[in-house]
Amino acid sequence: MLKEYRTVQEIAGPLMLVEGVERAKYGEIVDIEMGDGTIRHGQILQVEKDKVLVQVFEGTEGIDVRDTTVRFLGKPMELAVSPDILGRVFSGTGQPKDGGPAIIPKKRLNINGNPINPYARDYPNEFIQTGISTIDGLNPLVRGQKLPIFSGSGLPHDEITAQLARQSTVLGKGENFAVVFAAMGITFEAAQFFINDLTETGAIERAVLFINLANDPAIERIATPRVALTAAEYLAFEEDMHVLVILNDMTNYCEALREISAARKEVPGRRGYPGYLYTDLATIYERAGRIKGKKGSITMVPVLTMPEDDKTHPVPDLTGYITEGQIIMSRSLHRRGIAPPVDVLPSLSRLKDKGIGPNKTREDHADLYNQLYAAYARGKEAQELATILGEAALSAEDQKYMKFANEFEARYISQGYYENRTVFQTLDLGWELLSMFENVELKRIDVKLIEKYMPKFRAKQEQKTVELKKS
Amino acid sequence: MTEQKIGRIIKVAGPVVVAEGMTGAHMYDVVRVGEENLIGEIVELHGDRASIQVYEDTVGIGPGEKVVNTGAPLSVELGPGLISNIYDGIQRPLSALVEAQGSFIKRGSDIPGLPRDKKWHFRPTIQNGTEVGPGDILGEVQESTLVLHKIMVPPGVRGRLEGLSEGEFTVTEQIGMVKTKQGERVLTLMQKWPVRRPRPVQQRLNPNKILLTGQRVIDAFFPIAKGGTACVPGPFGTGKTVVQHQLAKWVDADIVVYIGCGERGNEMTDVLMEFPELTDPHSGEPLMKRVVLLANTSDMPVAAREASVYTGITIAEYFRDMGLSVALMADSTSRWAEAMREISTRLEEMPAEEGYPAYLGARIASFYERAGRVICSGSPQREGALSIIGAVSPPGGDLSDSVVQATLHVVKVFWSLLARLAQQRHFPAIDWLTSYSFYKQYLAETFEDKDKGREFVQMTKEAMALLEQEAQLVEIVRLVGAEAISAADRMALETAKSIREDFLHQNAFHKADTYTPIDKQYDMLSLILHFHRQGLAAIERGVETAELFALPVREDIARAKYIDYAEADKIRAIRDKIDAQIKDLYSATAAK
Repeated sequence: MLKEYRTVQEIAGPLMLVEGVERAKYGEIVDIEMGDGTIRHGQILQVEKDKVLVQVFEGTEGIDVRDTTVRFLGKPMELAVSPDILGRVFSGTGQPKDGGPAIIPKKRLNINGNPINPYARDYPNEFIQTGISTIDGLNPLVRGQKLPIFSGSGLPHDEITAQLARQSTVLGKGENFAVVFAAMGITFEAAQFFINDLTETGAIERAVLFINLANDPAIERIATPRVALTAAEYLAFEEDMHVLVILNDMTNYCEALREISAARKEVPGRRGYPGYLYTDLATIYERAGRIKGKKGSITMVPVLTMPEDDKTHPVPDLTGYITEGQIIMSRSLHRRGIAPPVDVLPSLSRLKDKGIGPNKTREDHADLYNQLYAAYARGKEAQELATILGEAALSAEDQKYMKFANEFEARYISQGYYENRTVFQTLDLGWELLSMFENVELKRIDVKLIEKYMPKFRAKQEQKTVELKKS
Repeated sequence: MTEQKIGRIIKVAGPVVVAEGMTGAHMYDVVRVGEENLIGEIVELHGDRASIQVYEDTVGIGPGEKVVNTGAPLSVELGPGLISNIYDGIQRPLSALVEAQGSFIKRGSDIPGLPRDKKWHFRPTIQNGTEVGPGDILGEVQESTLVLHKIMVPPGVRGRLEGLSEGEFTVTEQIGMVKTKQGERVLTLMQKWPVRRPRPVQQRLNPNKILLTGQRVIDAFFPIAKGGTACVPGPFGTGKTVVQHQLAKWVDADIVVYIGCGERGNEMTDVLMEFPELTDPHSGEPLMKRVVLLANTSDMPVAAREASVYTGITIAEYFRDMGLSVALMADSTSRWAEAMREISTRLEEMPAEEGYPAYLGARIASFYERAGRVICSGSPQREGALSIIGAVSPPGGDLSDSVVQATLHVVKVFWSLLARLAQQRHFPAIDWLTSYSFYKQYLAETFEDKDKGREFVQMTKEAMALLEQEAQLVEIVRLVGAEAISAADRMALETAKSIREDFLHQNAFHKADTYTPIDKQYDMLSLILHFHRQGLAAIERGVETAELFALPVREDIARAKYIDYAEADKIRAIRDKIDAQIKDLYSATAAK
């Protein structure tokens, strides 16, 4: 028999204090029945003797201390899963939202999951071809990686996540692929853009969506990424699928967490975010990965908007410490019409070295991206110098690097949201751009590789100059 | 055994549980919490009420459930079986957990740190009837091909040795006993030690030898000593973990203890998969045979993360006590500090800066103070060293962060990682202008040939001066252009660039470049500086800098790092090439 109480004592912000409760458990889920019969959901944050502190997912608006009944369900929050969740749309807490039938559960899983034993993890080393040069060529994504997109208001992170969902494949393999999309506090437009994009390509059949829109209850967002990852874990580790999880937007999630923390009057850390934000984010991000002996995998692309494009804001900062790299969007590239505007220099994929090389992509991949980076970094400096001193004041060498940076941006970075380049096209484009330098200048590339790959592009370069002279 | 006292839970808030009826409990006693017997530790006492930090997830625990006091502080098991193992923060072997529970970590498991069924061959090195005291070596167990595990008399035990015999033993079987004044003490291959208390030593000494790492920027410019302390702070993406991994792989120590404290799961997997395949440059054996790993990833319970640092250092101290040189890497101490902060918040303690507890500085200092070169207790007399290298992850890369500042108070070596260098893909991204080391005085002694050592120190000073000169010149060149400065200054700039790109930059993923023996470092640096000196002389004689910088030998200098040191002659041959090519320039200039 479920225990029911009508002993709500206090309501403050998203929190509710119930007294006289027997045998409540930390983390237990509750149903809250309001005077008019509406049901809301909550979770126990703290128990002290018979006093229970509950966070209410849908917000406390309209709840009173007199007519509200609280039922303790004696279990943590669970998600009903079965292969039928594919192609469906759910609310932020996992209730069907598309008018379809309820899921007949094959299993009910605790949404908090369990940490993966590091010893059971399998190292992510399968290259994912995203068709985006700045990712494939310079910051390769591998299966089981968590690679966030650091964006800002007004930047096209929706387009790039849609492109990722549409184009990502593993070279030479046709395997079971699924997309899990968790929307936290994003606008209807943004969510609809993604859904439409999936629908047009037919990918919606292989997708599960958990949608908490900007006007949905903020506290519900605490549960949304966990619900989505529970679905992803089920698909990956029990149904052998390769799952791409997109969490959009984690900044909104963190704000909801801050709201709860403030309501509990906890000592705040930086910018009012709770001191345990790192641990809390880690329990979400670390659910990505591969497991030995299991076919499936979870690759995660969280999206977050940096307030004022500030990378040191607690949300991007702590995220960067947990995830295996980051893809950063650049406002200045975006303004110049370069799409996708990936800011190459501060972007990083920590697992890149494991996913590339002979038999995976190509032997020259690692040396090539090191060289491209170094040359582009040098070119960027020259670009900046040119804006101060004027192009004419640059040394011949600086001018060459600046020319390289400009070409690199125009041809390598800029490709649009619908061009799907193979990794080999991307690599060749890199050689082609580098062919404007002498071999001696390419210090980051092994001589043998230069000898093997460069002549083809040098010949091309020379041919071009000859043609240019002719004309 | 002490009598078991049973209390009742009255409050649960995240990883902190409060129980009453805990009369007789001590601070830091280990308790078993709830029906599932979760492991916890008492961190606060008010009368019979105890606050407990729980090392496992507390969801589903509620008031009224029992709390049992074990009456003992959190301890680790020390003995054969530690090497090549991988543990969580409270010394539960993760491989055994996988077998017992599957791929995900579940609660309430109780697997001992050392395997109970494995038999070890024990060979005594001491006679029965001898009077023995704490730390005396009783005998040996060949634990791995690299580690000869010394079995010692546990601290606090003194008396006459009896019944010690050679044979095959498990860690719990009796190998002998000591007749003490208080009675008989059974000896086993295993001993236990509480993690929060440093293991005793006979005498502490100052470090006096360099701990070589094969990393050029570290060994040549900012070396760490055996028994020394170092910290590596840097914002994310600057390669802290790669530096730590490189050190763990190549450091010249007998034992490496690697603590993955609140870091990424995939990184730990990387260590787990890569280390067994790497060979130790000193012995040619797999590296894993001298490594103990602790992995408490960021998604694992936060209280166990707090404990992991202590668990790791206690294991490291145990190996030090055998007279070995031990290197401990903690990645990252910021996560440890955050775990302290989280527990402190739940205990509703008054916070100091940034919400960290007021005792943060003291805890950090006493942790690093457990490093050192020591004369181990017991006979035969032996010297051990424990070096600590801690990574710090300051929010936003801000070095004024409390953890960084508290760490800099105590450590003697500071490797500052710069985001700008990392963006230029200059790795290791250690900033040569702000990093420092207090151990440089011992660098010359590292070479067998002392004159060569002194020369090397002199070269590093010269190189550092050039790098500093570069930092000043670069500003001028920015404003007025490279043509405006003197030819000698241009040479200095070019050499500084060569030092940066050809010496300091080191590719951790290149077979020949990942580890550089100190003699090769000498050869490489001497090439660069030789070219500098010859270049300056050439400029004096009217050679154009442009011609000088375009000499093909410069590419040879740049690629010297990729030459395997087995072919050291090839590196030295470049020196003659420099001389020859500059000589050609002379004749060309003269002809003009």
